[in-house]
Amino acid sequence: MGEILVVVEHRQGEVREISKEMLFKAGEICRNASHELVAVVLADNAADNIVPEVAKMAERVLVFQDDRFNNFDSHLYREVLARLVRERNPFLTLMGHTSWGMDLAPALSIKSGYPLATDCVDIVIEDGRPSVVRQIYSGKLFSRVSFRESTGYLITVRPGAFLVPEEQPEVEGKTELHELYPDMAETGKEFLEFVDTGAGDVDITQADLLVSVGRGVGEEENIADVQELADVMGGTLSCSRPVVDKNWLPKYHQVGTSGKSVKPKVYFALGISGAFQHVAGIAGAGTVIAVNKDPKAPIFRVADYGVVADLFNVVSALKEKL
Amino acid sequence: MNIVVCVKRVPMTQEVDLIIDEGKKGVREDELAYVINDWDNYAIEEAVLLQEKFGGTVTAVTIGDEEDEEVLRRALAMGADKSVRVDPGDRELDGFVVSGILAKVIRDLEFDLVLTGVQADDDNLGMVGIMLAEKLEVGHASVVVGVEPDGDSARVKVELEGGMDEVSNLRLPALLTVQTGINEPRYVSIMGIRKARKKELNVVGVEELGLSEEELTPMTRIEEVFLPPETDGAEMIEGDSSAVAEQILRIIREKGVGI
Repeated sequence: MGEILVVVEHRQGEVREISKEMLFKAGEICRNASHELVAVVLADNAADNIVPEVAKMAERVLVFQDDRFNNFDSHLYREVLARLVRERNPFLTLMGHTSWGMDLAPALSIKSGYPLATDCVDIVIEDGRPSVVRQIYSGKLFSRVSFRESTGYLITVRPGAFLVPEEQPEVEGKTELHELYPDMAETGKEFLEFVDTGAGDVDITQADLLVSVGRGVGEEENIADVQELADVMGGTLSCSRPVVDKNWLPKYHQVGTSGKSVKPKVYFALGISGAFQHVAGIAGAGTVIAVNKDPKAPIFRVADYGVVADLFNVVSALKEKL
Repeated sequence: MNIVVCVKRVPMTQEVDLIIDEGKKGVREDELAYVINDWDNYAIEEAVLLQEKFGGTVTAVTIGDEEDEEVLRRALAMGADKSVRVDPGDRELDGFVVSGILAKVIRDLEFDLVLTGVQADDDNLGMVGIMLAEKLEVGHASVVVGVEPDGDSARVKVELEGGMDEVSNLRLPALLTVQTGINEPRYVSIMGIRKARKKELNVVGVEELGLSEEELTPMTRIEEVFLPPETDGAEMIEGDSSAVAEQILRIIREKGVGI
């Protein structure tokens, strides 16, 4: 049977959580369809840290170790992976639907000719063909997507879609060291630095109560209203992406995949629709209370308590009681 | 600095009830309002900002019918110089086909940069930009939150997960997929859009482009659209504002937060 290739994403010597999620899901598919799970690691000497971690979850680990992999470079990844899939014809190749994966997967699709489905939340194999489930209209609807026939298929996996259970049986994967292909073309990208965008005057990760504001706040002036409420409640003000995009609050207030993951006792979401990038950041919250005008807002699917209302009515009523 | 920016008109779906159509392959579109894709709006603004600083021309490109020209006029009103609409007729489009059409049009233009949004608000694919870059055989970066051109390269800032950006030098020409928040898109007045009617808007039929059948064959197909699976969902708090506020305070206190 064929192989399922998982492209391991790692940063600064650490295996990213998405890689483990992909290995877990790929393992499940392999058991049901007798494919072989093969992890691919492209790294510099950080491979010494990364490979043992990965080998616990994959039968085989292919390692390309080279100084040029000191940081992610989608051009180099694409070159190596395109040759690798040509040699091995893997049935499925999984990559993360992350900033790096989004730069790699479409490039690999064009280079290899394999069809690609992005940001998938489920993968099903039927009669030897994969189909995937992915969200559309920012999660308001789901779609089932099929591929045109091919020897191999590419899928990017949404972070958090396949959570790894705490008790995972470990395997002892075989490691195969590969030489980097000798004639690698020069890449037009030069890595300079990482910049931490999360530091600031307020640390939202330590708060017991987060009063969090989203697009529904409407105008910059209205932020003060919610800040006041957070103050009288003894909570900390946080927000979702649109508020930072509009420069109404600094980035260190932002909850979500590109901001911070938070774990307050109570997360009080005001006018936040609940895009998955946001929801991923509140998985650790004790209780979520959401206020939104739209009864179909995805936030109500994950909240413990919901109020369908104009957030300002709720904000003033709360202030009156405190 | 010559820049091509790819834009798409999408339905506005915040606070809207989407109704699945009878074929179960899409949604009923007749009652939806349409806007420029949010990411593309930032991409146009970035193109115009770069042009204001470095000179050159900005060309906006879209694929769609006559009604989609609205987003081109908007781009022209924001400062783009000219625009192209490719009419796909009744061709079935996916990210692969779209990138092929765009590549064919853009290949003949002179450009230092191609900008697209990270993704579109309707299909949430996030693949067209990078597929396009590969077909144009130029370098690329995804989820870009900063661009500073300097000679024949650009300093590019990419947003990673977990509150971290990555800064690199990228050789030009290149394609960047632009993330929201990179700038503050300017306001466009109706007057401005009306004035922009004088600017160039060319229409090309997809059949005139000479694409192969392979390039026009989708790689993926939506088989079915369905409502999100039921979850336990939230327990809804009802009543007037005062009663709702009481309940919220009670819950927060119960969870061990002192107010």
